Order: sequence, then structure tokens, then C-alpha cells
Amino acid sequence: MKRSTLGWWYTTTGKARERRVWVTAGGIALALAFPIIDGFLGLGWEAKAVPIALFIILALGLNVVVGFAGLLDLGYAAFFAIGAYSMAFLTSPQSPIPWVAQGNQVNFFLAMFISAGVAAVFGVILGAPTLRLRGDYLAIVTLGFGEIVPLVIKNTPEVTKGTQGMNPIGYPQIPGVLFGASPIPWYYLIVAVLLLSVVITSRLRLSRIGRAWAAMREDEVAAASMGINLVTTKLFAFSLGASFSGFAGTIWASYLQVIAPEQFRFDVSIFVLVMIILGGLGNIGGVIAGGLILGGIDRILFDWVSGIVHGIGSAINNDDLRLMDVSRSRQLIFGIALVFMMLVRPEGLFPSARRKAELHAAEELGEPAAEQERAILVEVEE
Amino acid sequence: MPLLQVEGVHTYYGNIEALKGITLSVEKGEIVTLIGSNGAGKTTTLRTIAGVLRPRQGTIRMGDADLTKTPANQIVRLGIAHSPEGRRIFARMSVKENLELGAYTRSDTDLSEDYERVYTLFPRIKERLKQRAGTLSGGEQQMLAIGRALMARPTLLLLDEPSMGLAPVLVELVFRTIQEINALGMTVLLVEQNAHMALSIANRGYVLQTGTIVLTDTAKALAQNEMVRKAYLGED
Repeated sequence: MKRSTLGWWYTTTGKARERRVWVTAGGIALALAFPIIDGFLGLGWEAKAVPIALFIILALGLNVVVGFAGLLDLGYAAFFAIGAYSMAFLTSPQSPIPWVAQGNQVNFFLAMFISAGVAAVFGVILGAPTLRLRGDYLAIVTLGFGEIVPLVIKNTPEVTKGTQGMNPIGYPQIPGVLFGASPIPWYYLIVAVLLLSVVITSRLRLSRIGRAWAAMREDEVAAASMGINLVTTKLFAFSLGASFSGFAGTIWASYLQVIAPEQFRFDVSIFVLVMIILGGLGNIGGVIAGGLILGGIDRILFDWVSGIVHGIGSAINNDDLRLMDVSRSRQLIFGIALVFMMLVRPEGLFPSARRKAELHAAEELGEPAAEQERAILVEVEE
Repeated sequence: MPLLQVEGVHTYYGNIEALKGITLSVEKGEIVTLIGSNGAGKTTTLRTIAGVLRPRQGTIRMGDADLTKTPANQIVRLGIAHSPEGRRIFARMSVKENLELGAYTRSDTDLSEDYERVYTLFPRIKERLKQRAGTLSGGEQQMLAIGRALMARPTLLLLDEPSMGLAPVLVELVFRTIQEINALGMTVLLVEQNAHMALSIANRGYVLQTGTIVLTDTAKALAQNEMVRKAYLGED
């Protein structure tokens, strides 16, 4: 699409845009140089960076569904599972597909795209019956879907090996690079997918479909009157979000080499949702920041705090403290953090201008606009 | 052949029959108005034409195209723009963004002429392009809703209660603008409670009562009609 027709959608101008360019360039440089910096400082964080970066891909995908299109999806981990199991079906010797089980494993990269496609199809399958739902109702249906998928996996052991899990799973083969125990090749693979995801989602936000999502989020009836096809627009959001999740699932399966239904439970969906809410719904930079912060707390800070608590426990000879695992309280800690955010800064740490406007309409616009907001709500309720 | 032909249309809300066989037509270049009291089915008629509601019976044709089963988003592409009741502007978007969305179906990217047309009709809109649409006054929001519909470059413009909630001086301005739009060659189907104003600018009119058309004539004749004068113009 031509720049001129999009001009208005670039909300930043001049200095702000310049700053954004620098932040983006700095972020990419830091991401690429991370293993070197890590080695230099002797932090040993490479193995932790892999899941953090992977979950940011998930967050970017969920941001398309929830942040851009305004469809609250609480079952996002289901697509993560579907991507992971598709990868296993295509590349594992335990695959239920006889041809694959006999040793004809599909190339990793090919399997990655096929699996993402499978996840996208499931996105449409979930999306189609929920087209007429919105808000709370949609959330409940997606929640159900998120519960059904791991249960089905668990209860069909003849296909998925059930709780025992599938193992091993194919891994990428690039001459000269060994995808094995060292996390560094995995890290670069994930960062590559992550950068691609950032490019795709940021272009989409500025595109025609991005405008359609924004309009649909605000008023479905008016959006349809503008000529926006609500069916395809919603389904596209669902399937695109699902395909990101599927992509992440394939890499995750291959990295762990074993997948089981427990890895794709409800708390994964919520963890990703908290990332985007904390960072700032709809804003790609905010989503990445939210992912880094939550991932960092979950994978790095908790270990560190646990270490200190253990040290104190040993010093004062208290067994409770010495054996305490802080990360087991993650749900509690993240729950409190989410409640606190909702009270203090509901738009997230780094909100998109639009989302901020939506949440602070009453303060900024004064009474008439707030009244109109209420009128819109009343109409929706009807 | 009329531009728009609605024949024997029945529309339901659940089990409630809101339209009980509406037949009307709009010729190219006309301003046609639907008048009637609350609940007569004026808005329902427009929403049925625009594809927001589906008729259970009857047909709607525009030229050669059958709109009866066409979804709302396709109808816009066929040249019918709908400025809905209650304006339904995108309150949190800027004025400019609202206009852009009006042109969503346009495949040609050069919209400058359309913007100019909207700015000429509504100079106030031009002053407020960067402002959030929700901060506009009621009159300005109505202008924006009409302007947004014009951005689709429709052949037929459906206007639902453009005078609703506006100060009398603004009502006059809006109606004058509708005449200007019509003078630019656009056909207008206008739903109004303000029968006096509607009949003063329309060529023809239909009077609706509880889902049926009870009277149709030229606007001039309707304004003279005794029943209309009593029921809708507030004269004895």
C-alpha cells in the first residue's frame, strides 16, 4: 500500500519517530549481541533467553487477536499445543502417521510452516462458531477451547501418546550449525522468527486490515456500514494469531525434544495474556517489553530470589526457607501484579496511543464524550 | 427503471414483524423521504436496505443487482452508503481516520477530490481533522457521519435522522447541505422525524405507520395533506 494513504496512521512524527527508530535499532542490536554480552559477563542466561524470546513470539501473536482486533482469547495455548503436536506428528519416530514413523521425517523448516498452517486452520475452526459472540461470551468459548485441546491430547494416547508425551522430535539441520544441547543456535533461530513476527505485525497494524480491526473493535455495526467484512476480518485475526502460536509451538517442541499435554495448560494462555496487558495492548514495543519483564521475572529473578532465600535459610538453619521455591508462587505474584496494574495503569506500561485514549476517554474528553461512550455501551448491551 | 426498488419487504425482530410489506422506489437524482412517528419502521426500512437486517420476504433491487441477500459490506461496494441512526462515528478515532474508513471500499487510492468535497460541504470538519471524533459537538458529529458516508462515493445515500438531537439552527444547516449533496448528483433516501424539514427539501415522500406505507405522494402534496398536517406537522 502506498505511504500516502497510510500517512495518518503513523501517530508519531519528528522526534518521537526518530526515537522509535533508535529504540528499534538498539533492540535488534542487543538481541543479536546478547549471547556475546552474556558470555562476557558470565551470566549464563542463554538457556533462559530461549523461552523468554519464544514467549514474546506468542505474545505478539496474541496481541493481533486481543490488541488489534479486540477479541479476547483465553485459550491461546491451544494453538501453541497444536503447533507443537503437528511438529511432533511430522518429525517424531513416535508419530501416528505411519509414513513418518517409518523414518521419513519431514524437514524441520517445512514442518514448521505446515504446523503453523495447521494452527491457522484451527484458528478458523475456533473463530467460525464464535463470530457472533463478543466480550465475555467469546472469552468463555475460547477458554473452553483452550481446555479441550490438552484434554483431547491427554485422552487419545493411541495418537498422541497421552501423558507420556512424544519424544524425540525433529530438529533443524543447517550445515555447520548444531541444534543440540547448546541454546545459542536455538536462540538465534527464535530471534529470527521473532524479528519476522515484529515486521509482520507492525506492517499489518498499519495496513488496510489493521484499520478494519480498529474499526471493528470500536463499533461492529458502523464498521460493517463502512464496507468492512466482519467475518473475514475476524477470522483473519484468529487464524493469524493462531499461526504465530503454532510457529512458536513447533520450535518449543523441537527445543524441548519432548512434549506432553501438561505443557499447554490454561496458565500458559494467561501468562501470555498478562504479558501483553502488562506491556501495553496493541503496542508492539510494549508487548515485547511486557514479555521481557515477565519472562525475566519468571525465569531469572525468581531463581535469584530463591537463591537468596535459600542462603538465608541455611544461615539461620531454617529448613522451610532453605528449601523454598519462590517460582512456585508465580501465579500468586503475577495475579497480584495484574490486579495492581488494572488499578493503577490499566493501559499497560507502554500503551498504544489509541488504547490509552480508549481507557482515559472520560478524563481527556470531558463529559460529553464519556456520555457517548456510555451510549455506545448501552447500545451494545441491547 | 428506478435506481432502488423495494418490493413487499417484511422484516422481523425475532417474532415481531416490524415491516409488514413495504414497497417503495427511488429514482435517480431524487430526494425521497420516509416520515412517520416513533416505531413506524423508518429506521428498520433503511437498515434492511443497507443489509444490516435481512428481510424475511420481499425483494430489494438496485439497478440490476439483487440486494435482498447481499451482506452489508457488499452493499457498500454496490454504491449504497448508510449514515446510521445515532451517527455511530468512531468516537475514539480522529476525524480524519473516520473519513478514511468511509473510503474503505474504494480501490482507487486518490481520495483528495473526495476530501475536498467533504471539506467544501462541511468547513468545520476541515478545522478539526486531527481531533478525536468523540470530542466534536453533536452537529459536527452529524456532519462527520454524512461526510464519512460520502467518502464511499455512493450513488445512493441513506440518511437516518440527520436532525436528531441538533439545535434548530444546525438542523437547517444539515438540511441545506443535504440539498447541496443532492445537487452534486447524488440520490438521497432520507428518514426523518422532523417531517416539516424533510418535506421541504424532498421531491417525494412516503408516510409510514406501524410497518406499512399508508400514503405516498410528492413532498409538496404531502405537506398539504390534511392527515399529514395533523399527525406529523403538528397543525390542527
